[in-house]
Amino acid sequence: MSAVLDLKLKRANKVYHEGEVLAGVVVITGKEAIQHQGISLTMEGFVNLQLSSKSVGVFEAFYNSVKPIQLINSNIEVAKPGKVPGGKTEIPFEFPLQVKGNKVLYETYHGVFVNIQYTLRCDMRRPLLAKDLSKTCEFMLHCQPQKSKVQPSPVDFIITPETLQNVRERSVLPKFLIRGHLDATNCVITQPLTGELVVESSEVAIKSIELQLVRVETCGCAEGYARDATEIQNIQIAEGDVSHGLPIPIYMVFPRLFTCATLETTNFKVEFEVNVVIVFHDDHLITENFPLKLCRV
Amino acid sequence: MVSVPWHSRVRHYEAELRSCRAAVASVDFGDYHPLKPITVLDSRSRRGGRKGSTSSSSSSSSSVAPDPLSSLLEGTDPLSLFAAAAEAAELGRRRREREEEVGLDFEPWAAKRGEILARFTTTEKLSINLFMGSDKSKASSPSSAVSEKVRTRLEELDDLEEGSQREMMNLSQQDYVNRIEDLNQSLKEAWSSDQKVKALKIVIQCSKLLSDTSVIQFYPSKFVLITDILDTFGQLVYDRIWSMCSDPHSLPDTFSAEDVNDTAKETCLNWFFKIASIRELIPRLYVEAAILKCNRFLNNSGIQETVPRLTAMVRGIGDPLVAVYARAYLCRVGMEVTPHLKDSLNKNFFDLLASFRQIHGDAVQNQLVLQRVEVPVYLTLYSPAIHWILQCVAYRASDDYITCAEIWVEFTCRHFTKREVNTVLADIIKHMTPDRAFEDAYTELHSVMMKILTYFHNFSVLFSMEKFLPFLDMFQKDSVRVEVCKSIMEVFIKHQQESTRDPVILNALLHVCKTMHDSVNALTVEDEKRSVSLLINGFIRMVSFGRDFEQQLSFCVEARATFCNLEPVIIQLIHTVNQLAIETRRVMGGSHSRKTAAFVRACAAYCFITIPSISNIFSRLHLYLLSGKVALANQCLSQADAFMKAAVSVLPEVPRTIVVEGKQRSSESFLLEFISSFLSTLLVVPDHPEQGVLYLVRGLLNMVQDYTWEDSSDAKVRVYISALPLLAAMSQESYLYTILNVDSNETLYGGDPKFVAEISRLCETLIGQVLDHLKTLGREEVMHRQGSLAFSLFSCLLAHADLRNNKLNQLAVNLWNLSHKNGQCDTRISVRTLEHIKSQAQHSELSHLSDMLLRLSLQSRA
Repeated sequence: MSAVLDLKLKRANKVYHEGEVLAGVVVITGKEAIQHQGISLTMEGFVNLQLSSKSVGVFEAFYNSVKPIQLINSNIEVAKPGKVPGGKTEIPFEFPLQVKGNKVLYETYHGVFVNIQYTLRCDMRRPLLAKDLSKTCEFMLHCQPQKSKVQPSPVDFIITPETLQNVRERSVLPKFLIRGHLDATNCVITQPLTGELVVESSEVAIKSIELQLVRVETCGCAEGYARDATEIQNIQIAEGDVSHGLPIPIYMVFPRLFTCATLETTNFKVEFEVNVVIVFHDDHLITENFPLKLCRV
Repeated sequence: MVSVPWHSRVRHYEAELRSCRAAVASVDFGDYHPLKPITVLDSRSRRGGRKGSTSSSSSSSSSVAPDPLSSLLEGTDPLSLFAAAAEAAELGRRRREREEEVGLDFEPWAAKRGEILARFTTTEKLSINLFMGSDKSKASSPSSAVSEKVRTRLEELDDLEEGSQREMMNLSQQDYVNRIEDLNQSLKEAWSSDQKVKALKIVIQCSKLLSDTSVIQFYPSKFVLITDILDTFGQLVYDRIWSMCSDPHSLPDTFSAEDVNDTAKETCLNWFFKIASIRELIPRLYVEAAILKCNRFLNNSGIQETVPRLTAMVRGIGDPLVAVYARAYLCRVGMEVTPHLKDSLNKNFFDLLASFRQIHGDAVQNQLVLQRVEVPVYLTLYSPAIHWILQCVAYRASDDYITCAEIWVEFTCRHFTKREVNTVLADIIKHMTPDRAFEDAYTELHSVMMKILTYFHNFSVLFSMEKFLPFLDMFQKDSVRVEVCKSIMEVFIKHQQESTRDPVILNALLHVCKTMHDSVNALTVEDEKRSVSLLINGFIRMVSFGRDFEQQLSFCVEARATFCNLEPVIIQLIHTVNQLAIETRRVMGGSHSRKTAAFVRACAAYCFITIPSISNIFSRLHLYLLSGKVALANQCLSQADAFMKAAVSVLPEVPRTIVVEGKQRSSESFLLEFISSFLSTLLVVPDHPEQGVLYLVRGLLNMVQDYTWEDSSDAKVRVYISALPLLAAMSQESYLYTILNVDSNETLYGGDPKFVAEISRLCETLIGQVLDHLKTLGREEVMHRQGSLAFSLFSCLLAHADLRNNKLNQLAVNLWNLSHKNGQCDTRISVRTLEHIKSQAQHSELSHLSDMLLRLSLQSRA
């Protein structure tokens, strides 16, 4: 290994906003001097849409997969062709994060059917017989904070056999009363989802109470669309037959990368929901769904 | 000197009594009577208070008149208010001085660790059934399910490590401990080889073991072992992030979030994000608690915000045992970083209390049945965790400790038995003894005592508490100690229903009373002495050995020695002993056996030697008289005689003035009263065979003659006049009253003419003395005294002298005239006297009075 190319961003969390400058260094290490034909940086951003297997049938005739949507693609030169001396060389750079035209930069988001990713790539072109060197690193893009104030719109809920839908035989259900509230359904993504839940009574012992964070991804075009809900994470907030009447905290941190501010575009949508799942001892489970709107402030 | 021969009138006491007896008149409800309770008619205020009421507007209510003294003392007096304010200020200052870190005075977890491991691994069941040896085939069927579970759990762990598939079933305790230690090692290795994810996985898998309560007896030890791993992990993460900040130079110990660079922050944040996404509640809770300290890198209030959140999170744990240990762990890590964050510690404790009913829930009970664990054994599993939580809660709370204890003790008193109260007392003693902390907490300690006394009225229960007297010993400041003793005695007197002979009570209360008694010194005010005496007397009155009279007497002997400085107590003791003698008499039906006779003589001796120690002369006189009567009633003639003689010999010592309720007053009226009482007793005291006739009467009269009376006083003469009825009574054939089994002069002399003549001579002398005195009162300014005395003597003659005798008759008429001469007489009394004579004259034997009546004229006032 004669030469190593590395890319370091100044910001430890690698989070940038539109209009900011990505600053960092290109690090070249080698025992001997390295001849090259120019070092450049490329900034790219794509939305990758994938069709789920269950909906693929509809689309198969037209596409195998949806083409990625390019959000940004810009290039700068870091060094003109020349020689880098042996040892460790750091070349600082500043790369403004700006889009051409009226394109919008969506937030970084890693999902199942929708992926929004930004990368910074460093290329070192080398003369014949020497392999070109390349190094890519991902950086996070956060959209501009929302200007208007977020209305938290809290929600109270009561779950009893009577409030359930999709029940075949209501009469065989055990009696229970679960009360609770979410402090907000319009959530600030950097702050946890909070609330409380009280098992007021339950004929059957409770095995577990969980919070299921769900992403709802919609991909579509003129021909039709596919909407899929998948689990991001499941957080247990109660284990075993908890004390009745004692409020149990609802608390969930929104994971980075896997969540973003709720997004709605002409081609795709990324939305989030939370399910409060109560698992009874006999493994019967009931779910109460709450759509969430995530935003950034 | 005028000489008038005396002839006593013959009396028929019974007939007279019959004719004198007043008819019984019943008092109607509405009638006035001074002894009826005060009735307040409060119709005005009632009317105002019940507007719109249809019932009649006037109603009466019986009420006790308000005591003006107690109403003055309502509210707190200004002095104690000042004192309370000063105390509060001092408390505040001390609190501020408190450090932010756990000091050496906090018993560290490391000290508990070994103890728990030792206590919860040697359980027979565990060692025999579950972890015995390595022979798989011997695993018995009921326990195999459990072992299976443990095995799978541990195998899961094994899977994390390459190539270390060891059989984990049937581990001995030591193997188990070693195995966990291996895991601890592999955690460190994974960490040092930069396999951070693997390290986290090990920790998560280990924490998961804590949600498993199979082999429940082992749970506390399991907790210890696994939290060791968590501690290691927490330290590794902390050190790693800390080292990231040490470029260019290492952080100071008191760093704040601003000093931490972005890379370190980002790494730290990453850990928290990772942990926040752990699916299961219990590992998520434990692992986040393990790296609690790392919050310091992120922001300065992180810990303060996290601890309450984690505390609330524990509520999600259904199994109470798992929950209590999770709380213990939280308290532990919380104490390490923020010992001052009491709210969360307290919250943990109260949540713990709230979750106690879970123990009786089906989930736990079924599990216990399944594992064949008895509830008491199960409950002991909680003790290390609760103990730890309480230790954290109580840490550096010593200023508050006694305030809490003060509340706790009431709770304990109300809901538990003496055993638990004793435990609380023991704890208070333990906390308050070092550095003589009790010296600053007398108010609270006193209040503790009062609370105990409020709920425990049974003193045998109270004193059987091992720690009660040691607790009492904490009151070392004399004034406080006496106050506490007083409180105890007040409660005793108020609530003790039956007299007692319980040696525990007697010993303890003697001790308490002695404390009060010993506090009395020359500077003690009278009021204080009186209140202390009252309390001690109350105690003495409640002591009864039943029929064991001798024991009772020896108690009195002991009490006399103990309480020698308090006169009212000595007086009470004499009364007690006299009562004892009378009780003995009652039991024996008035006739003593040799033994009881000796006993009552002992009682008399007790009184006789005790009375002289009393300084109040009238107390002494009355006690001599009373003891004399008691001795007489018990046929102790020589003792009675001695008492009477002693009384007579004390008489000359009576000062002319005495202090009554702080005021100098003439002693005359008291003396006259006593002498009258004494004279009436002398009727039944038989003459001493070796002394002359009427030896005591003469003795008394001689004393009266020699006594230095006030110059302008008729007291001496009044005594003479009052002696006449006694002498008249003595000359009767059968006496007005006698004492069972005691022969009085009536029997001794049997109306011997010589005896009667002796009495007459004495009377003659007395009358002569009175008349001589009357002569000296001829002057204008003392004329009213002459009249009143003359009338007294007249009344006496009328009642007791045989007026058929001309001389006496004439004397009576003269006295009447003398008393009326100056117009000093109350006409109404004169009229009533004449009416009385008129009614007496109708009796055949007193018909001579009608003649006399003609000679008595009413004189209109000049």
